[in-house]
Amino acid sequence: MPPDGAGAAPVLELSGVRAAYGRIEVLHGVDLAVGAGQVFALLGPNGAGKSTTLKVISGQLPITGGQVCLTGRVVNGAVPERLAQAGVCTIPEGRGIFPSLTVRENLQMMTFSGRPRSMIEEQAYARFPRLRERRRQVAGTMSGGEQQMLAMARALTTDPALLLLDELSMGLAPLIVDELYEIVGQIAREGISILVIEQFAATVLAVADVAGIMLQGRVVQVGTPDEMQTALSGAYLGGGG
Amino acid sequence: MDEFIRLTIFGLVSASIYFVAASGLVLTYTTSGIFNFAHGATGMMAAFVYWELRFNPDGPQLPTLVALVVVLGVLAPLFGMVVERVLIRNLQGASLATTLVVTVGLLAGLIGLAQTIWPPEQRRFPGFFGDSGFEFLNTFIRWSQAITILIAIGVVIALRLLLYNTRAGVAMRAVVDNRDLAALNGAPPSRVSSMSWAMGSSLAALGGILLAPVISLEIIALTLLVVNAYSAAMVGRLKSLPLTLLGAVILGLLTQYEPSYLPRVFSDDRLPDWLTGLNVSVPVIMLFVVLLILPAAPLRGARLRKSARIRVPGLRTSIVGGGLLVAAALVASGLLGDQDLRRVGEGLALGIIMLSLVPLTGYAGQVSLCQFMLAGVGAFAMAKVGETGSPLGLLAAVALAAAVGAIIALPALRLQGLYLALSTLAVAVLADNMFFPQREVFFSGTIPIGRLDLGFVDFSSDSAYFVLLAIAYALVAILVLSVRRGELGRRLLAMRDSPAACATLGLDLTRTKLTVFALSAAIAGLGGALYGGLKVTVGPTDFQMVLGLPILLLAVLGGIATASGALVGGLFFSLLLIISDEVSALDWLVFIGPGLVGVTLGRNPDGLVPTVSARLHGLRDRLRGRAEPSAAPSPRRILDGLGPDVPVGAPLAPEQLRALDDALGIGAVDGGRQGAGEAKEVGSGAAPRG
Repeated sequence: MPPDGAGAAPVLELSGVRAAYGRIEVLHGVDLAVGAGQVFALLGPNGAGKSTTLKVISGQLPITGGQVCLTGRVVNGAVPERLAQAGVCTIPEGRGIFPSLTVRENLQMMTFSGRPRSMIEEQAYARFPRLRERRRQVAGTMSGGEQQMLAMARALTTDPALLLLDELSMGLAPLIVDELYEIVGQIAREGISILVIEQFAATVLAVADVAGIMLQGRVVQVGTPDEMQTALSGAYLGGGG
Repeated sequence: MDEFIRLTIFGLVSASIYFVAASGLVLTYTTSGIFNFAHGATGMMAAFVYWELRFNPDGPQLPTLVALVVVLGVLAPLFGMVVERVLIRNLQGASLATTLVVTVGLLAGLIGLAQTIWPPEQRRFPGFFGDSGFEFLNTFIRWSQAITILIAIGVVIALRLLLYNTRAGVAMRAVVDNRDLAALNGAPPSRVSSMSWAMGSSLAALGGILLAPVISLEIIALTLLVVNAYSAAMVGRLKSLPLTLLGAVILGLLTQYEPSYLPRVFSDDRLPDWLTGLNVSVPVIMLFVVLLILPAAPLRGARLRKSARIRVPGLRTSIVGGGLLVAAALVASGLLGDQDLRRVGEGLALGIIMLSLVPLTGYAGQVSLCQFMLAGVGAFAMAKVGETGSPLGLLAAVALAAAVGAIIALPALRLQGLYLALSTLAVAVLADNMFFPQREVFFSGTIPIGRLDLGFVDFSSDSAYFVLLAIAYALVAILVLSVRRGELGRRLLAMRDSPAACATLGLDLTRTKLTVFALSAAIAGLGGALYGGLKVTVGPTDFQMVLGLPILLLAVLGGIATASGALVGGLFFSLLLIISDEVSALDWLVFIGPGLVGVTLGRNPDGLVPTVSARLHGLRDRLRGRAEPSAAPSPRRILDGLGPDVPVGAPLAPEQLRALDDALGIGAVDGGRQGAGEAKEVGSGAAPRG
């Protein structure tokens, strides 16, 4: 059974969240809870509303209904930078880095979380020695894997309360994806709650405690990774029972 | 050799001023994505405020340093921050036309404000340390010139240190890279852009104060400093400060070398008459050339646009509307006094010029700042060919303007959006300096323009000409609307929405762009010819770029994509003219009014007519008891059955699995295909980013 932090308020809880792009509603009442120390994998096809859910949690998209709670406190309408300072670390889809800044300047941007620069650099270089070698390099000129490592360095060094990961695997070689998920597992073992979004399930289910399936703007099913694996493969094989 | 050294040093002095001004422009553009057309006007205002504090004989006459600190350290940054907070912040994601109109509105408003506070008169504005100076390499250099160079070097170093060695500067560059990600890092983008606008405004002010002693304290000249700044900044594609510095140096040297060396090319050591305007045109020519050398931007794909749905009237409705306008004009021509009739007529004529923006900007999404110049071309043709009011004059106006429009469009074909707008601005300023003052055009005097005379009807009386203007407006409006309904209209809208999609469909973008430019120019030319007839005589300063700014602003006010919007804009202009006739203190209302209008458009970019018409239609529907559609019909969801009431954790039921299957687009089981197609459509329509 997944650890669900019995009794304590979940780190993240969405209830009946609705959100829209202009007049087109995309989230039709999302319910979701990530317990303390949990890794929650949110799966679903293109257009299901996964990234939108993440935008809502990180404050990039205002909600039109429902409630977003962080550790029991309602944070509806909070702006992204406040949430980031409060410990919500979001690694957006694609590379979550500033391509025309150097590696070191990218790390400097992480100091807006309130942690001193020396500590951030020390931890980042300790975990990814490659980044130390390339600290003067312009980040956009590094390989995709290195860029994603730089992005992950933010999760590692800023000690967030909640980590939001969007399509970590996109456009990367399977080997690098495995490596990245190893890091996710490591971050999880430090007790940080994580919400991961993926279109393809295999790798992420290995590190997840709980998984949910999102379809058409709702979370339609939540269960253990195994259960979801079954549900998904049922669907993918087209049998449908 | 001495002369070369002297020119080079002076060129570097000019370059320093251009760089200071251009760096502020780059700073604000990169961090907020909004191109500040009012940058030069900010510098102009600052120079005047500085004069007020430092030199005005009736003012406080503060010491130089104190005055500098007050202007550069307090007032200018404050102004920049207020502008950012009130105008710019709301513009994130707005269309280019809207963002342009807001800063052009600010530009016009500041010019009007300055004209009101500081009416033209001789004002003493010496440089730092007056005329004293020192000898260097056989050249006498004023202290103020040396200081200017030092200040530019100081700005270069300070910007470098700020942007690369402080967290705030790194955050600025981070916002340029990826605004959202900066926020996700915890760096507030709004504070970053507020800071950059404060700095940009301060740099504009510094540029204005340094430039004022060089070119005299004159409103329009100082405001046009911005064109020089554009040219320098464009070398760095509005992004790179080092390249901007390079651009400033090139421009500074060119402006110094040109008047001394170019005449020697000619036999009698002087420029031929027709090149007299070249001196002041160097920056614009450089801007134009740089824009042309820039690699073309890749075609962009579709973009989500927020805009009200604009109803396009059918042929019958537009004919009825046109008829009503002419009837109203007939009535008004009997009721209004001479003066008011002329003013309303002016509004109608300008309305026709505004109509020229409807296909170009409203439908095709291309922004042009040279419509008034094209109107001037039309007036020129009318004056030359239709001096006696021959209809051939109007034809010539239409043809010549269309040809000029197409020629302007040729280089502009590669350009998009802001660059296109800037190149049209360059053309308009170039025409101000070099075309209209030509001996063969208007030269220094004014030339008479005939009013249309068809033989059987004569429109030479004021009231008849007024009706003629209304008829012309109605005809052009009907034409524009039928273009919108026709094949060309569809092509224009498609090109605006997604040039890339058009290209893949085999639509000839080049031809479409040329067509719309020529069409728009033809309308502007017709409007100009009629406008000229109304004024009876026109001169070289009647069609200046700056005077044309209210046209764009008011066209957008009325609703740039509607034919009736231009009428609203034109009549609004008449109203301003009439008010300023009555109240002489409000002379510059024609600038301040459109300026105010422009800056408020950020909140309602669709303009008056679409907004009012949407309200009216809503009201009518409600009165008829029709249910108002509350929101866009939400896409039918094939998974409604799954609903939120599915107990969490329960295994999916077979039909739910099938639905999931469809949603994933894999299923091939009977009937599944249709569902899959629908699901895909739903997915792409509802959520652009999964």
